[in-house]
Amino acid sequence: MAVLQFREAIRAAMTEEMERDERIFLMGEEVAEYNGAYKVSEGMLAKFGPKRVIDTPISENGFAGLGVGAAMNGLRPIIEFMTFNFSFVAIDQIVNNAAKIRYMSGGQYKIPIVFRGPNGAAGQLAATHNTSTESIYATLPGIKVISPSNPDDAKGLLKSAIRDENPVIFLESESMYAMKGEVSDEEDYLIPIGKARIAREGDDVTIVAHGKSYWIALRVADRLAAESFNAEVIDPRTIRPLDIDTIVESIKKTNRCVIIDESTPFASISSEITYQIQERAFDWLDAPIVRITAKDTPTPYARNLMEHYMPGEDDAYEACRRVMYAD
Amino acid sequence: MANETRKSHAKGAAASTNGGAPKKRTTSSKEKIILDASSDSFPESIEVAVKFETYPVDRYGHEELGLSGETVEWMYRNMLLQRRFEERAAQMYGKQKIGGFLHLYVGQEAVSVGAAAAINVGEDSVITAYRDHGLGLALGMSADECMAELFGKVGGCSKGKGGSMHFFSKKRRLFGGHGIVGAHVPIGVGIAFAHKYKEDGGICLTFFGDGAVGQGAIHEASNLASLYELPVILIIENNQYAMGTSIERAFAETQFTHQAVGYDMPAALVDGMDPFSVCKAIQDHGKMAREGKPSLLEIRTYRYRGHSMSDPQKYRTKEELESKKNDDPILRMKAYMLERDMIDDAKFEAIDAEVKQEVLDAVAFADGSPEPALEDIYDDIYEESDYPYLF
Ligand SMILES: Cc1ncc(C[n+]2csc(CCOP(=O)(O)OP(=O)(O)O)c2C)c(N)n1
Ligand SMILES: [Mg+2]
Repeated sequence: MAVLQFREAIRAAMTEEMERDERIFLMGEEVAEYNGAYKVSEGMLAKFGPKRVIDTPISENGFAGLGVGAAMNGLRPIIEFMTFNFSFVAIDQIVNNAAKIRYMSGGQYKIPIVFRGPNGAAGQLAATHNTSTESIYATLPGIKVISPSNPDDAKGLLKSAIRDENPVIFLESESMYAMKGEVSDEEDYLIPIGKARIAREGDDVTIVAHGKSYWIALRVADRLAAESFNAEVIDPRTIRPLDIDTIVESIKKTNRCVIIDESTPFASISSEITYQIQERAFDWLDAPIVRITAKDTPTPYARNLMEHYMPGEDDAYEACRRVMYAD
Repeated sequence: MANETRKSHAKGAAASTNGGAPKKRTTSSKEKIILDASSDSFPESIEVAVKFETYPVDRYGHEELGLSGETVEWMYRNMLLQRRFEERAAQMYGKQKIGGFLHLYVGQEAVSVGAAAAINVGEDSVITAYRDHGLGLALGMSADECMAELFGKVGGCSKGKGGSMHFFSKKRRLFGGHGIVGAHVPIGVGIAFAHKYKEDGGICLTFFGDGAVGQGAIHEASNLASLYELPVILIIENNQYAMGTSIERAFAETQFTHQAVGYDMPAALVDGMDPFSVCKAIQDHGKMAREGKPSLLEIRTYRYRGHSMSDPQKYRTKEELESKKNDDPILRMKAYMLERDMIDDAKFEAIDAEVKQEVLDAVAFADGSPEPALEDIYDDIYEESDYPYLF
């Protein structure tokens, strides 16, 4: 096991895959000469040269579409969005082209492409720079969506995403890039897409949380453990396809569920998970499912409002106690 | 028919967006497009020769621009205010009074001040990107409301909801500071559309960076502006870099005025280190805009600071930076005023002290202004005050 930063794990995944397969290239704003706006691709230009690590103008619509075309014509692009907030100027390429061309062509063309970059909130960046995009992209049949919470999963899942024959949205986080964690040194470390991870076992309440929210879930589980409640923490890791089986299995054991998600609540991942749970495990539930999400508002700038906006550890902790009728 | 439409704004006739009639192809008298065959027959070949006007530094004096001595002093003072405001903001960022991104305008002050002096502030409209402090102050927003916005306080121009990138002032007709590169340029064209539609005589200055030229939105907006003959000036604030990417590394054609040819728009190149050059260019093109002729200005300028607060600036040399700093717009203005005996050293010192105090007062104001109340998070999302939010 090597200890790597989140960004280093992503870099390692891209580097290993690019060494293995010459069809893979990395393209995006500031990825080459600047070494990445968040230093994810540091050193990759030096290693692979300008043919395969390519700086672009600020033209997301253009280079996302270029990626789709290159994928249709036999390459395997990794397209970096400086942040996923800027993917919205390219959203037509993702929604109408990447997601649908395989289908519209009757399977003649496949689009093995990874769109990756930081997603979600990263401090006081105000409304346009804090969007959690997972529920938006997860609505799209034809697309897979991955959101790892730690360096090990980031590496194993990104390698799988790059090898996947479908368009994959791979969501990272500015505020997690410096986070360190043990990463498997297994050669060809691949984590299957669509498989949740039971991060902590317990039988009193199931907490489902991905990405940054996963870390809130662990802290809440610790607090509950101090009170002799055993929370089971499930990190879905992949948003689409969702490993609902693992979640349902857990709920059949705990009979309660709290979902933590930093997306806004309406029509979100938490709505979807809640629907699927009630569909499959309604009779096992002993309490309504509770979700702790971002506020149902655009993201404010002011520090106190921003803190208030984000899903809070205390709220999640209280929600767990509530569904266990602990009070 | 097309001819009439073109002039409809000036005549105060009913606003129209051409009504499907083809736009009359004309270019300003300053430029010439030579097509070697008439449009009714298929050409043998096509030759394009275009001449763009330029507005270099030190060419214009305030009298010929119709600016009073008072305005000149205001221009100097406002540039100084912008600089001191931002230097202090950088310091406050270090003290974590300000969070998120902070993009400084230091070096580019002449652009905002020249523009503000050339338009009817409060009647004409302005929209820009996230590097917006300078324009806000130039349009007359107070240092207090600007600093309080950076501090995320209710006394801020956007009540602390927007922060550094999102200065707005309805009173000054500043339609924002915007964070998605290029995305506000179609909005600028829409603001101009409304000016024409309402026949209120206003124009919209639409500022964006060199990096934004890479966005498709700019091209769609340019065509719409020209096609509908809207009262807009599209203004590229070319500070040579988009984060760490120089224009040479991002654009096949770095002479941005050329873009205008494709949209049958006049264009000009302006040296943005002299506020008079900027003012003159915007006066000239503002007049054209009011007559229904949109245009493109490339204003060459330079930012002395990094892109934002965390930028190691390895993409440029110290020498390059120093040489640009020697071309400083504030020093140029000072020299201009001294040469003409418009002001003496004592007065400069007084202005200096005043500006310094204004900025200190702004910091005190921002510090003293309360944080927004937590329930304010639900204000200003919908018109209805009883919207059923999910909790
Ligand atoms: C669509 C989009 N892509 C990327 C970014 C990230 N970004 C913010 S500023 C910037 C550079 C813009 O440069 P320029 O337009 O020249 O303006 P300047 O910063 O020089 O004022 C980039 C890439 C963004 N905000 N929006
Ligand atoms: Mg620039």
